[in-house]
Amino acid sequence: MPDGSPLVSIDNLRVEFRGEDGPIVGVEDVSFSIKPGETVCVVGESGSGKSVTSLSLMRLVEFGGGRIAGGKLEFARDSGVLDVADADPEIMQQIRGNEIGMIFQEPMTSLNPVFTVERQMTDGLRLHRGLSQSKARARALELLKQVRIPEPERRLKQYPHELSGGMRQRVVIAMAMACEPRLLIADEPTTALDVTIQAEILALIDRLKRETGMAVLFITHDMAVVAQMADRVVVMFRGNLVEEGPVEQIFTNPQQDYTKALLAAVPRLGEMRGKPAPEPMRLVGQSPVEADLKPARKPEPLLEVQNLTTRYPVKGGVFRRPVANVHAVEDVSFTINKGETLALVGESGCGKSSCGRSILRLTEPTSGKVLLDRTDIIAMNDRDLRRRGWRDMQMVFQDPFASLNPYMRLKDQVAEPLMNYGLASGSELKDRIATLFDHVELPRSFMTRFPHELSGGQRQRIAIARALAVNPKLIVADEAVSALDVSVQAQVLNLMMELQSEFGISFLFISHDMAVVERVSHRVGVMYLGRLVETGSRAQVFENPQHSYTRSLMSAVPVADPTRKTIRDDLNFRPIPSPVFPLGHEPGPSEYTEVAPGHLVLKDNKT
Amino acid sequence: MKLPAAFRSSKGLIGAVLVLMILLVAIIAPLVIPPDMATQMDMRARLSPPTLAHPLGTDQLGRDLMYRVLLGAHTSIYIATAAVLMSIVIGLPLGLISGYVGKTTDNILMRLVDTLLAFPALLLALTISAVLGPNLQNTIIAIGIAFTPFLARIIRGEALRVAQMPYVEAARTAGNSDTRLIVRHILPNIMPAVIVQSTISLAFAILAEAGLSFLGLGTQPPDASWGLMIQASRDYLDRAPWTALVPGAAVALTVLGLNMFGDALRDALDPRARKGAT
Repeated sequence: MPDGSPLVSIDNLRVEFRGEDGPIVGVEDVSFSIKPGETVCVVGESGSGKSVTSLSLMRLVEFGGGRIAGGKLEFARDSGVLDVADADPEIMQQIRGNEIGMIFQEPMTSLNPVFTVERQMTDGLRLHRGLSQSKARARALELLKQVRIPEPERRLKQYPHELSGGMRQRVVIAMAMACEPRLLIADEPTTALDVTIQAEILALIDRLKRETGMAVLFITHDMAVVAQMADRVVVMFRGNLVEEGPVEQIFTNPQQDYTKALLAAVPRLGEMRGKPAPEPMRLVGQSPVEADLKPARKPEPLLEVQNLTTRYPVKGGVFRRPVANVHAVEDVSFTINKGETLALVGESGCGKSSCGRSILRLTEPTSGKVLLDRTDIIAMNDRDLRRRGWRDMQMVFQDPFASLNPYMRLKDQVAEPLMNYGLASGSELKDRIATLFDHVELPRSFMTRFPHELSGGQRQRIAIARALAVNPKLIVADEAVSALDVSVQAQVLNLMMELQSEFGISFLFISHDMAVVERVSHRVGVMYLGRLVETGSRAQVFENPQHSYTRSLMSAVPVADPTRKTIRDDLNFRPIPSPVFPLGHEPGPSEYTEVAPGHLVLKDNKT
Repeated sequence: MKLPAAFRSSKGLIGAVLVLMILLVAIIAPLVIPPDMATQMDMRARLSPPTLAHPLGTDQLGRDLMYRVLLGAHTSIYIATAAVLMSIVIGLPLGLISGYVGKTTDNILMRLVDTLLAFPALLLALTISAVLGPNLQNTIIAIGIAFTPFLARIIRGEALRVAQMPYVEAARTAGNSDTRLIVRHILPNIMPAVIVQSTISLAFAILAEAGLSFLGLGTQPPDASWGLMIQASRDYLDRAPWTALVPGAAVALTVLGLNMFGDALRDALDPRARKGAT
């Protein structure tokens, strides 16, 4: 292979899918190349065709009902350049897993649950390399060491369910690396992972690339990951290539409007430094959103959570008796002021969602007090809760596809709370619904539609309209923007801030995304293993983090700025211990040190 | 009124036409055909293959299969439909309450259902029918009760799944009463499963009636029912296969029609499957 010639060159790729009414175009016309040893990031929002492009390169797109309708996919092999687009299936079998390795998004499902790690890792080695079982085993062990899995000998004997998500993704990477591929395709490899594990996996892929000299085709929707990983960037939109260039150029001097809009919609950690209040994002091509979110001179507390504890029983045995407890929320106390947003951040399993659900009593807390405007929510019986409790606080859920009833028209779903709480009827009801649609910036013609006719972002607007209907004092937003594309996410965040400044609503904003939290919150609480480990104003927590967990969380967040590489060699975060404790286990109370007025840090001697 | 899109597809249309035809036969045949046409024996033409005199052939007693299958439709369809309706009437609330309320209620109801499930459905129907006595009404009750546990189980599972969906939780915080939650939010979302299960149950109910008749507890000879005809044909399969094929085809057509109709009905109720609704 002569120097400077590309490893992969894609020319005018076109991919079609079978549809009921003729072919659907997945990729219209895409051309780019990958040089040996470089990382090319393909970035785009859902439906942009980025995954289809990578699947075409493996010719896996045919297994999903697609067809390469045109173009060339040239891949440089030892024996010469091969056009993958019309290669024989036998040749593709030699290439897949051997010359091109692939990592998928979901580490839970990309390993076969009924085989041990050893069996899965050695299969490919024996097939492609003709190694004996013992040699394949030795090589598998070597690979596990290469991806820095602790106790590699033991892992070989284990089944996938015995490994954590991050560990599984390391095994998947080790398998993809097994035959020393020249190209590694990583399709959203960290999207399903927590931020600290994401940082580890990104660092690992980067190190392997440097050590082995393989090229990486990295598919992602996350501009921050792009900034950290890419040498070159390909921006895609609706099946077409919008812009291509070196990573610095794309971030500092984007040429196309779409790239500019995409970059403007990405919240960057640290950009709110020194600002006193949350600020709506400036989006390209849209008039700036006005919102005055400065905290009141004399803050009035709205929600007071005191010593909230929620435990779930783990049932076992023949009689399904409780055998242990999951300590989801452990002695958590905080206050939300009127018109302010408190964000709860933390990784999966830290109890942030359970905390939000316990406040609304969608999950019954074990003990503690929740006072909303001095009314005790926990003491309410079912009827009071239904008549008064939820009159003042509402929830917006994560999954826009599951939070609306597919069998009801949108206007009926928004009307329900108004009718149930006796807030409006007759023609007034119709007016109120129309106004609510205006508030969430949806056309009134949508009122008679069904949920499936809307996009994810539009559905989330309906969910917000439904929550707004009762004029609540508090809205609990549980990962409300996490499932949305970044440009839609920015619009929904702006909408929430606008509504907050207009109606003085308080938000409990639950999220795993530090950059988003920095944008929207007045106060922040960091959760770890059911406890609030640090709480304070946004400036206090983000600019002066005190707890060791807060610090490691902050250091793991990828920053959407290629000049600030936060992904370093071999990060190894302490794995989060299990929150399951035997029955009767009573951990001590949460005790805090006040490092500054309102800035509390958990004293670290208990778990 | 415009036909829902689901019934304008060829599959839905065929299903609807088949079901309509079978229903018409079941209702009209007993009114226009003298009942003794099905029991008249032509001893010279026993096990006769299809001829001009007997277009679909005759059975071992020389009875005309065409008349028997037409008149038997009434019995078979009536029993199967009534029995499945009965199992829905009992099983739907049982499963919904069990799945929605949960805890002790669920435990008690489901152990009850499990006890019934422990007996083979036919054996259960047989016992009930034997205790109540052999007549049309009791056959319906027996099959209806025997089929209830399956349905209740399926509905409970679906109710459990739907009850924890965010849209149901959101509806709860929207101040809906339990009844309204079940009727407006849970029930529509489990209907697809109920419809699919019911169409399958209908086919099985036709066969269950046959089993009961065979044991002398369902339809009493010389009256005709499809199941009884299939049972009677078993000794003559080698010499006179049409004795099994004629009622068998009737059952198969009914099941096919019901399945297609059921799928179309499910789609017609689902806003996601409506085309051109935007």
